[in-house]
Amino acid sequence: MNGAEFVQLSLTPLLIGVLAAVACALPGNFLILRRQALIGDAISHVVLPGIVVAFLLSGQATGPAMLAGAAGAALVAVVLIELVRRLGRIEPGAAMGVVFTAMFALGVLLLEQSDSSAVHLDVEHALMGNLESLIWFDAEGWHSVADPVALAALTPELPRMAAVCLLLALTLRLFWRPLVLSTFDEGFAAGQGYPVRVIGLGIVVMAALAAVVAFDAVGAIIPIAMFICPPGAARLMTDRLGAQLAWSVAFGAVAAVAGYLLAGHGPALIGLDGSVSAAGMIAVTSGLILGLACLFGPRRGRAAAPPGGRAGA
Amino acid sequence: MTGLADALMLGAGWNAALVTIGAALLGGAAGAVGSFLFLRGRALISDAIAHATLPGVGLAFLIMAGLGGDGRNLAGLMAGAAATALLGVLAVEAIGRRTRLTEDAAIGAALSVFFGAGLVILTVIQSLPAGRQAGLEGFLLGATAGMLLHEALIVAIGGAMAVAAVWALRRPMILAAFDPGFATATGWPVRRVDLAMLAVVLAITVIGLKIVGLVLIVALLIIPPAAARFWTERAVGMAAIAGALGAAAGWVGTAISATAPALPTGPIIVLTCAALFAVSLLVAPQRGALAALVRHRLMRRRVLQRQGLLAMARGVPAADPAARAVLRGEGLIDAAGQATAAGRAAAARLMRDEARRALLRRLRPDHPALQSDDGLTPIDALLATDEIADLDRRLMRGAGS
Repeated sequence: MNGAEFVQLSLTPLLIGVLAAVACALPGNFLILRRQALIGDAISHVVLPGIVVAFLLSGQATGPAMLAGAAGAALVAVVLIELVRRLGRIEPGAAMGVVFTAMFALGVLLLEQSDSSAVHLDVEHALMGNLESLIWFDAEGWHSVADPVALAALTPELPRMAAVCLLLALTLRLFWRPLVLSTFDEGFAAGQGYPVRVIGLGIVVMAALAAVVAFDAVGAIIPIAMFICPPGAARLMTDRLGAQLAWSVAFGAVAAVAGYLLAGHGPALIGLDGSVSAAGMIAVTSGLILGLACLFGPRRGRAAAPPGGRAGA
Repeated sequence: MTGLADALMLGAGWNAALVTIGAALLGGAAGAVGSFLFLRGRALISDAIAHATLPGVGLAFLIMAGLGGDGRNLAGLMAGAAATALLGVLAVEAIGRRTRLTEDAAIGAALSVFFGAGLVILTVIQSLPAGRQAGLEGFLLGATAGMLLHEALIVAIGGAMAVAAVWALRRPMILAAFDPGFATATGWPVRRVDLAMLAVVLAITVIGLKIVGLVLIVALLIIPPAAARFWTERAVGMAAIAGALGAAAGWVGTAISATAPALPTGPIIVLTCAALFAVSLLVAPQRGALAALVRHRLMRRRVLQRQGLLAMARGVPAADPAARAVLRGEGLIDAAGQATAAGRAAAARLMRDEARRALLRRLRPDHPALQSDDGLTPIDALLATDEIADLDRRLMRGAGS
């Protein structure tokens, strides 16, 4: 593949994949430490009815309408989970399970009832995404990166994903100390006067933002994997949270690039035609990284954790 | 609606009837075994099991088609699904036991990675010469339309076997959920019971693939137990009620879905479950939201009435308008806010009760009646007649001297 072809066909999907991976991995670090790892999974499921409703109301299955629908659905889900948990006094895992399966079922039903096949909105597409199709038609080579006309035709998912990534990184930087404190020792953080409930909600909102924007660009499976696998692998590498975040970003980026390339060129290596699902391959690659970390990570064992745990920065 | 009535009464054809029965059996087994997962706090592990079936379905198709057979043979696809689902459970167990990652992270990792692998294999299958590959997508969300007779039979027999397995394992599962120490002491190693429970969950998932689909089967294991929790405090009762709710959802959901093509079976069954859950949450007699609301209102009313009567006994009108409203509603004060005869009598009764209570607290501070006293129930409801008479005598003497 020459330079022009690469820029046109692969550059944007690669960048979007990496940015989606990083955007999800960042809040994922806090989710796995707070034992909320499955929130990402839940959000990625409830987004479906939101998108279908947005489509039924606006007739569009892309851009702002879709984002608004997804965000609305995530909000409804959070409220419903809280309601079920409070009213029913049911443990959070089960409350989440009740709400996200019911909402996903509703989404599928709405999808089947509406005639949305014309706009390429179906369940499989929602799960797998279509990373491969996010190409940059107007690019003619590396020089297009500096060409405003070509840049204007860039697929909107890329700048959107980049903005979310930047926003999340800045938020983490800005609120680092309260985030770390309330994650490792909520009681102590509350004693120091930090609003721990607001911080907890803030982490869920960050995860929801990452999931919703990534879902729009790359489908459900990449966010679900990236919330957990890179941060999980990173957690087995180090005891310091700052270093863990850096590891998770690196793992996420490597998984996105390697997965994308494997999906495109892997089949040819073993003598098959065509390519396989990039989203699926990226999830598998992140799983391989986690598997390696489970086998060889220097901090993999329970005994390796220092007593009390260090809330390092 | 005749279509629905026919389907509900198993009159929509032999295959449809078999599938309906199978779905009901499966829902019953899932609800019951889900209750024990719920009580062990492991409800979501079933989501990892379900998603881990996808690569197995794809691989089984590839192998069977590669060997020149029918790639869509349901028994073969189910065997493949079971194989990778088992790998998924083992991965979750290994990560949870060997590393410091928590079980929920292990579940999420296994779920996403196995599902991703499944999507990769599905795209491989789609790139093969067309014609034979269609239909695997049905395993994502369930598809009972156009099921063949032997497939319907597999579902019905599988459902019956799942129910039998849950019944056979009921005793160790109850023990392990409630008293792991006692279970071990009586010869039921909790770890093995846990594994047996997961094996049943795996079987239910695999049988349910064709009906509910792998994305939503977890709902059958989570929602009925969560709904049953509202109706009872007892584990055995909860498993039975969850089984009944699951069976009802399986039956009704499959029947509804059979009435129109755009009503996919899996989502309809799950939404039926969710409806049963919502009803339980609202109207269950003890733990339901309406019951809690009514209890709260009654309690508030009693507190306000007591406030109002205490104020009346001191000869002043109650300060709180809500308390005045309660007194007026019960005819204890008139429209002008003046105490009625009934009101004065009630206030006097309350003062006598207060005096008795105070005396009892001074004479016998450890009296059992004081332990269960909420300050709202008249104390004479908690005392024997001769005890009351004794208190009254002492009060009279105290007043006289």
